[in-house]
Amino acid sequence: MTLIDEATGTQKVSAAPRSALKRRRAAEARAGYAFLTPWLLGFFLLTAGPMIASLYLSFTDYNLFSPPEWIGLKNYTMLWNDPQYRKAWQVTGTYVLFGTPTKLIAALAVAMLLNNTRRGQGLYRSVFYAPSLIGASVSIAIVWKAMFIDKGIVDQVGQIFGAAGGGWVGEPKRTMPMLVLLTVWQFGAPMIIFLAGLKQVPNELYEAAAVDGAGPVRKFIKITLPMLSPVIFFNVLLETIHAFQIFASAFIISNGTGGPARSTLFYTLYLYFRGFVDFRMGYASAMAWILVLVVGLITFVFFKTSKSWVHYSGDSK
Amino acid sequence: MSLVSAPVDAGTATYRSDESAARSEVLRKKHRTSERWKSLGFHVLVLAIAVVVLYPAAWMLMSSFKPSSEIVGSVSLVPTNGSFDNFTKALSGIGGVSFWRFFMNSLILALGSVVGITVSCSVSAYAFARIDFPGKTAWFSIMIGTLLLPFHVVIIPQYIVFNQLGLVNTYVPLLIGKFLASEAFFVFLMVQFMRNLPRELDEAARIDGAGHVRIFRSIMLPLMKPSLVTSSIFAFIWSWNDFFGPLLYLKKPDLYSLPIALRLFVDQTTTSDYGAQMAMAVLALIPVLLFFLLFQRYLVEGVATQGLKG
Repeated sequence: MTLIDEATGTQKVSAAPRSALKRRRAAEARAGYAFLTPWLLGFFLLTAGPMIASLYLSFTDYNLFSPPEWIGLKNYTMLWNDPQYRKAWQVTGTYVLFGTPTKLIAALAVAMLLNNTRRGQGLYRSVFYAPSLIGASVSIAIVWKAMFIDKGIVDQVGQIFGAAGGGWVGEPKRTMPMLVLLTVWQFGAPMIIFLAGLKQVPNELYEAAAVDGAGPVRKFIKITLPMLSPVIFFNVLLETIHAFQIFASAFIISNGTGGPARSTLFYTLYLYFRGFVDFRMGYASAMAWILVLVVGLITFVFFKTSKSWVHYSGDSK
Repeated sequence: MSLVSAPVDAGTATYRSDESAARSEVLRKKHRTSERWKSLGFHVLVLAIAVVVLYPAAWMLMSSFKPSSEIVGSVSLVPTNGSFDNFTKALSGIGGVSFWRFFMNSLILALGSVVGITVSCSVSAYAFARIDFPGKTAWFSIMIGTLLLPFHVVIIPQYIVFNQLGLVNTYVPLLIGKFLASEAFFVFLMVQFMRNLPRELDEAARIDGAGHVRIFRSIMLPLMKPSLVTSSIFAFIWSWNDFFGPLLYLKKPDLYSLPIALRLFVDQTTTSDYGAQMAMAVLALIPVLLFFLLFQRYLVEGVATQGLKG
């Protein structure tokens, strides 16, 4: 790390101000890059470099043991015709489309419920946040599985309401609701972000609206939603991107198979099987790049459309 | 922990004349009773949600004391034949490796992550928050971009390189990223925190002739302690729960961290031995829950700021 001697820089100001200023700037630049070194190294060695490498690999056939062989777009055309790959998209897409909105609506609803000055706020916030910390862990996946097995606790409760028994874990049609429930259970993290956003909505707006005779629904649509839109934008974007990357829970619940009947063959699971079980590194790289492009496209669309629905109040940047 | 509703004081304003005071007293009483009912309704509703949310965790904990036959068949939380049998089974280890070995492995990885992340991310964050250098905005946007990047696009080449370097079955691949600030979330968190610290402090130090290294060490680091604590807790918990990394890089059972040991345990025990699985799941979560109980305020606040300044 370079040590910067500010003192010499300031002494020269009277003699030759311009060159001193230049030297000062150069010193600042050197200091900046010196402090940034860990991140820059990490970025080039662990992110940018590997990204380029996996882009190259996606055009090759590579199994870790013999050198990569250039096959052009073949991995991509094979993916297009791969029924398991299509299934993986279908599973992941369903999960994102159902899991994310449900989770966020639950988060917003509970945040609005908690947005007052009554007692016990801190306690409730913490209780609701706890699942977000442990929800993606192997422990909870095991618990979830045990809850949803044949004659398990969920079956027992379900029968009271007339639901069919037989367990959820082994039934292809029921694994998705089970995993969606698991993600909805983790509504706490976005809830806390919503709550922090709600606290910043000035109360005068609601008071003014009340004077004008607006009811709760109108207040919600005309005040809460627009004022909260930057936070909604942030939550929707992050939760969507995270949902694409679910791995541990699906891996544990399906016993590392993506089953039953490929009903939990999430994108990341299929990528793991192809890349690290079959060692088809080129094929898996192509999958990874398509995921990046899809996530990038979604992010781009979010930012593009955000101008029309995300409202930033005047004084913030 | 009083969960019973306490009515919010409707207002302690002083009233001008007697008649209006009397009238407002009636109104206030009315308001108070309706507020009391509202408050009761609020707590009943929130408590109901809390029960649903906490149920799986409570069920896990109680099941770990039950024999497996009782876990499958019964809705009741309280075990009728409670015992520590499941825990003795879980603690006896898997395939000749003791539970405490896995625990230590996880601990080494988690503490390594904490050290790596606090050191590398605070240094990098200082550059973004306090030094003006050409290209800063561009690097900052790139850093934010990596927050959104699915990590799958980098793991394949990373695995190939670490494999060629003979680093599979070591902790290097799992820790190196932490020492190179590649978890942008923490850099971002610290940049946001530092930006809110008064600039006058470091300007004064600069006039006194302190360079960036001194300013960082003697002014910034002590002031940014809250963000270092938040980062450490998250770093610990995320490393503790990490499944994918250890699954890729650790192939020898005596190197296993708890999550993959847990997976091995589930694979090896007969599927019906849910009791022992629950016990092991509980044991694996204890440090996380401990951190949560001790530092919940930091965690909740960390999440809240992350969203607001995004």
